[in-house]
Parts: sequence; structure tokens; C-alpha cells
Amino acid sequence: MKQLNSILSFILLSLFVVSCGEDDAKSGDKRSGGAMASNAAERVYVAPGEHDEFYAFLSGGYSGNLTVYGLPSGRMLKEIPVFSQFPTSGYGYSEETKPMLNTSFGFVPWGDAHHPDISQTNGETDGRWVFINENNTPRIARISLETFETEEIIEIPHSAGNHSSSFVTENTEYVVAGTRFSVPYPQEDIAISEMKGNFKGPLTFIAIDDEGRMEIDFQLKMPGFNYDLSHPGRGDSHGWFFFTTYNTEEAHTLQEVNASQNDKDFIAAVNWKKIQEYVANGGGQEIDAEYAHNVYDHETHTATSTMMKKVLTVDPRDVEGAVYFMPTPKSPHGCDVDPSGEYIVGNGKLSTDLTVHSFSKMLKAIENEDFDGDAYGIPILNFESTLAGTVKEGGLGPLHTEFDADGNAYTTFFISSEVVKWKLGTWEVLDRQPSYYSVGHLMIPGGNSRKPEGKYLISMNKITKDRYLPTGPELEHSAQLYDISGEKMELLLDFPTHGEPHYAAGISADKVKANSRKIYRLDENKHEYAATSEDATKVVREGNQVHVYMTTVRSHFSPDNIEGIKVGDKVYFHVTNLEQDFDVPHGFAMIGANTSELLIMPGQTKTITWEPKKAGVWPFYCTDFCSALHQEMQGYIRVSGRNSNTPLTWTLDGE
Amino acid sequence: MKLSGTIMILGSALLLGLFFYPLWNIRLEAPQYPDPLGMDIYIAGIEGEEEFDIQNIDGVNHYIGMKKIPKPEEMWEFNVFPIVIGSMAGLGIILGFLGFFGKISPHLFLGWLVLMGVLGIMGMYDFNSWLLEYGTDLDPKAIIKLTDAEGNPLNYKPPLLGSEKILNFTAHSYPRTGAYMMFVGMFLTLIAWITGYRTVRTKNS
Repeated sequence: MKQLNSILSFILLSLFVVSCGEDDAKSGDKRSGGAMASNAAERVYVAPGEHDEFYAFLSGGYSGNLTVYGLPSGRMLKEIPVFSQFPTSGYGYSEETKPMLNTSFGFVPWGDAHHPDISQTNGETDGRWVFINENNTPRIARISLETFETEEIIEIPHSAGNHSSSFVTENTEYVVAGTRFSVPYPQEDIAISEMKGNFKGPLTFIAIDDEGRMEIDFQLKMPGFNYDLSHPGRGDSHGWFFFTTYNTEEAHTLQEVNASQNDKDFIAAVNWKKIQEYVANGGGQEIDAEYAHNVYDHETHTATSTMMKKVLTVDPRDVEGAVYFMPTPKSPHGCDVDPSGEYIVGNGKLSTDLTVHSFSKMLKAIENEDFDGDAYGIPILNFESTLAGTVKEGGLGPLHTEFDADGNAYTTFFISSEVVKWKLGTWEVLDRQPSYYSVGHLMIPGGNSRKPEGKYLISMNKITKDRYLPTGPELEHSAQLYDISGEKMELLLDFPTHGEPHYAAGISADKVKANSRKIYRLDENKHEYAATSEDATKVVREGNQVHVYMTTVRSHFSPDNIEGIKVGDKVYFHVTNLEQDFDVPHGFAMIGANTSELLIMPGQTKTITWEPKKAGVWPFYCTDFCSALHQEMQGYIRVSGRNSNTPLTWTLDGE
Repeated sequence: MKLSGTIMILGSALLLGLFFYPLWNIRLEAPQYPDPLGMDIYIAGIEGEEEFDIQNIDGVNHYIGMKKIPKPEEMWEFNVFPIVIGSMAGLGIILGFLGFFGKISPHLFLGWLVLMGVLGIMGMYDFNSWLLEYGTDLDPKAIIKLTDAEGNPLNYKPPLLGSEKILNFTAHSYPRTGAYMMFVGMFLTLIAWITGYRTVRTKNS
């Protein structure tokens, strides 16, 4: 009954706050009318042909993809397919990219993309790669910021709900993948009610090499709590990683109530340097696992999927001083570390307050063995001994915090639908601005590194309602851009986002744009089926498989007439784009193909299959308006009956 | 004669710059080419300003039926020009040395300049006629055939010097470092002649 009361009062409170928020918004509109409004317009206006100051990489959530935006304009620049099939380019349909979506469960065509994070060097974003996690079928992807394509995906074995991921350490030593839904470790057939003590929440540390290649270094076998979010230490706390937990109750049903019973859950502090050393010295136990490691090569333009069979598991109790729990109130969600690395913020989502732990106090408490019992043999530090301070009455339902370079923190409050600015050290609330509506994540470029570029903040809101022209029941989510360069935050812009952005990562455009590739070099194309000139085009029959080595150049295919294909054949169109000019892709579409189109960048080779079902003459064409003669960029394939003797021929202009 | 001989050596040696720097450049600007396409014309061949510019100029030109930009082995000029320039530079340097030691009359410097001038004009004439052929000898199966008001096929010849609009492109044709070095060099040989002539006259009077 007590719980019911508190839930009810929450609902009432949130209604109250929402209605207050509306009043605020109205008066805000009045205030910001006229001169102010045009001033905001100027500050987000990027003149035609000019470039934005920042790149923002927004997760697409249930779209499975990553979207690229420019700030401050809020213009969407690209959607990068990561965990979901993308018929626009053929990702996940083409023979080359199908292996990218391979998993231990077979081909998974969809994913739930969550938390993008940019690689770092010395605690600063370096613009080499973006990492992003898939929550549903646990995976981590790496996207190149040279090609803006997904280059690698690694599956996380023994995990479920890969949510407290994919955050990188300050020299990109590791990217982590946590477990939100604790599960039997390894999986086994047991009664769900036997969860408590039997389920585990492994935390996986993936080592990144200089080329960005990912390899699971070790998996920490943690108690079966729900590891929700995480961030690395930085500066003095470099070498540690912090994870929020909820459901330390280990409830397995009606979690909204049963996982909300403990007054405090934990932030797990993991000394990964210690475990890295332990593992390097032969520590840990190799256990069976099954997980896919998929790598895309920009020279062969082809992905390969390798099934891995072993993973190194470490029991945290075996490494002295490696893991501690810091009690943190109210099912903390975001786990955010300030630029100095001293403060660890637990965003207790069922609270009005924020709990901030001190790293130096934590070290002292460990030294003094200031413990308050243990959980499954892992020491629990005394709450008071690690507490740096509490931000009182920030709002309702704190979720995430980011930082600027001037010692301020910015926290989103989901229930009261606002962004709140407060001061590190004094814990005093400095400003609050409504967000429309029910803000989830927020992002300041570099705001989770040692060097925030604190000029803008974007909030990513879960509820859109009336912010844009209505588009039926289903709406895109909405983001808001605030100027945070002054004492008070100023709302400058609304823009719709694609999918459901769970977090974003931002970086100065200058760190990225010079490295962005314009073409793939034809002389570096090592695709097995590439035809790098029209002279090399051919059609080869191997039983009922027919390989067409085809080229595109403005404005024709070579060959563009093919005869001798039979019903029942499986035709592989290996299409190489011979162009070596920036932004001249060609498309390829075949009538009735049960696959997708291809969009082939200059110098690239892509393959799509077609299984003709009917005799006849069937056209194909270029789908990208490539040139003045684009409409003429078309061809025919003659399909004969299953047992016909039509000879296999291929021509261009009769030759 | 020492001064004029030195200037003569210097002036004719500047011709050697043509082996390292382009003589001429034609650049094509169009709305969809924010980075213009460009070709650098050297005495021994044509190169793109950017790696793939020649391929891309050929790609654009094929619509109007223009021939591909010639490779060095496809034009005799690219074999002969280096020999001519090399010989003239060598000859000028030898003349300069002989002048330096007072073995020859400075009028030979003028002779060299006149010869160089004649060869230069022949070269420009040849270059212009190549441009004319390139811009008018079009594939009869060209995709785009445009005619002027009188019904004659359009002429796509880029200008020899200056800027001109050709369909969606603006072509800019201007000398480059190699040519400027040559001009300065030729001017220096003129100075060499004048200086030498004055010295000789002073001596004689």
C-alpha cells in the first residue's frame, strides 16, 4: 500500500509539474518574442553553403542506426546503418554486408542502438571512431569517421540487455559492455524463480587496438543486478569504471514495483587496471562462449563473420581491491563522471535529489576499510564516506548529467521535463529550463571527456506531442538545442530526430571533416568479383549460379545486355562503380529482386542477388540520378526457360 | 661582357624550369564542381591538378563527343618540346659562357632570343590548333549536339588565354610557373643583349 501511495503521489506530482511547465512555457514565449526570437534564429542559422561547427552523432534507438547531425543548425546530414538492414544502400542485403548482422543466433536484421561514444586520446575526443551498443542482441559496433560506415560489430556473449555500454576509457584502451537483464551465466534451463543468486550481470571489457579492432579482453562475473549505465574515470580516476545498478533486489517479476524496494542501489566501482594486470598475468578462467565478430574491410569492400568460441571470465572476488559498491539512492540511472574525474554522479531516477560521490573520498574509504557489509563478497562502502554532496530538489526523475568546461553540470529530469544547471562542489542549482517533453538524454560536445566544448547542449526528448505539424499517431522524437555559453541556458532550436535517440556524442567539426573520405580508390579495390575497367567485365556461369562482373560509369552499365540466364538461376550482380569523382554514386535495381537496391560509391563493389522466376526480358536501371543521361542508364536481361539452350552472352553497344 | 654573359646564362637557364613546372593551366568551373577540375600542361604531358581530374574531365567531355585528353605518347609535341627547350637552354648557356669570356658578339644573344621567339610563337600556334581540334573535332555520335543560331555545331574550344563560358563550365586558361620563368628568362636575355651591346660599344668608342 505504501508503494502504491508513493507511485500515486509521483503521478500527481508529475501532472502538477507538467502543468506548471506549460505556464512557464507560455510566459517564456512572451519573454522570448520579438528581438530575442530573431537573435535565437541568427545563432542557429548556418548560411547556405556554410558548415556547422559541430558534428552530433545521435543514436537511432529502435531504428538500429546512427544519425549524423550538424550543430547548431540541427540539420540531419546522414543516417549510418549499423544494426539494422538498410535497403537504401543495400546494407544487410548485399552479399558483402550480410555478415555484419550475423550473430550466434543467426542473421538478426534489426537492433536497438543506444549510446554512441567517440574514441578518445588523453581524455579528449579524437574523431577516429564512434562506438555504439545494441541492447537487444548484445553487440558493440565501431563506425569509422573516415568513411562514416560501420566497420566492425562484436557480439557480447553471456549478456542480455547490453545497456551500460559502449563507453570508452580515456585513451580508448577499452570500450565496455554491461548487462542490464541479469541471466544465468552461462545460459541454462532453470526456473525463473531461482534467479536470486544464480543469475549474473557480466561486465565485458573490450580492448581496442590502434586500428580500432575490438577483442574481448575479459568478462567480469558480477552479481545479478541490473547494470544500467556507466562511465569511465578520467584524470586521477583513470583506470576505474563506474556502473549504476538497479534491481539489487534481484526481482524477476513486476520489476517496476519489486525492483524499486531498496532505498539504495549501488554504483559499482571497477578498477579495470587491476583486472587488466591480473588477466595479463594469466588470471581468469577461459570458458565456452559463442559470439560473432564481424569485420568490414574497405579494400575488399566485404565483411567477414567469425564465430568465437571462448571468453575469459574473471570472478571479481578473486582480484583483491578490484570492485567496490557505493550505495546510491533510488535506482540510479545515469552514471556520469565530471571532467576532472573527481565526481561520480548517480542520477537516482525515483528521486528529486542527485547523489554525487567523491573519487578521492572513495579511495580513502577503501584504504580505511570503511565498509558497510558486502554483497556476494564484494565490499559495500559506507554511504557517508564516499558522499561528496547532494543536489537538493533539482527536479523530478533525474536521468543523465553532462558537464561544461567551467565546473557546471547539467542534468535532465524526465518527470519534471527540464534541464537543470548546477555547480559542482557547491551543489547549488543555478538555472532550469523546460524541455519539450520528458527529456531523456542530453549531450554537450565533449561533455563526457576531460575537455568539454561547452557551447551548446542538446536535450533528447521522449515525448513530442505538439512540437511539430502533426503526422498521425506516430511522431518522430524531438531534440532541443540550448546555448549554454552564458550564465543562463537559452533555448534556441527544436528539431525532430530519427528513431529514438538514446544519448549522442558531439565533436568539433574541425577534428573530423578533413579526414572524411571522398571516394574509394579503384586501384585499392581488392574485391574478389570487382571489374575495375570495362574490359574486365564478364558473365560466368557456375552450375545454376551466374556471376555478373558489371561496371557503372556515367551513364551506362557494362554489360547492359545479357542473354542466356535461365529460370531457376541465382544471379549475382557484382557491380563496381568506376567513377573516381566525389559524390557520384550509382544505383542498381533489378525488377522483382527479393533483396534491395545497391547504392555503390565511387571505386566500390557491391553484390546483390536475383533469382528470376519467369522467362522474359527484364530491365534493370540506375536508381541514383547520376548525370544528365541518368534516365538512359538501364539495361536488359533475357531470361529463358529452365531447359533452354540460349547461349550466355553479354554486350555493351553490340560489342 | 662578363655581366651580360652572366645574365644570358641565368636567363636561358630559367627555361629549365619548364621541366619541373607547368607551362599552362586550364581550369573548369561549374556549379556542381565547387572544387574545379583542372589540368596542368607541361612540356612533356598533361596532368590533372588533382589526381583524378583528367579522368573526370574526360567523363564530362564524353557527353559532347570530345576526344580524351591525350597521353604523352599520343602527341609528338610532348616528345619534341622537351628536346627543343633543352637545346635552347643549352645553347643559351653556351652562348652566355662564350660571351662571358668575350669570345662572341652580344648580337648572338639577340639571335637566340629571336629564334626562341619564333619557336615560342610556333609552339603557341600549335597549342592553339590542338585546342581548336580538341574543341571542334567531335564524335558524330555525341550524346549532346548543340548548334549556334546559324545551325553550326557549337565550338567547345577553350580559350588560349583568358576565361570563357562553355556550356555550364567556365574555362580559365592561363600561363603557370613554367611559362613565367620562361618569360622572365627571355626578358633577361634581352637585357643581356642590351648590356653586352652597350659594353662593346663603350669599349669600341
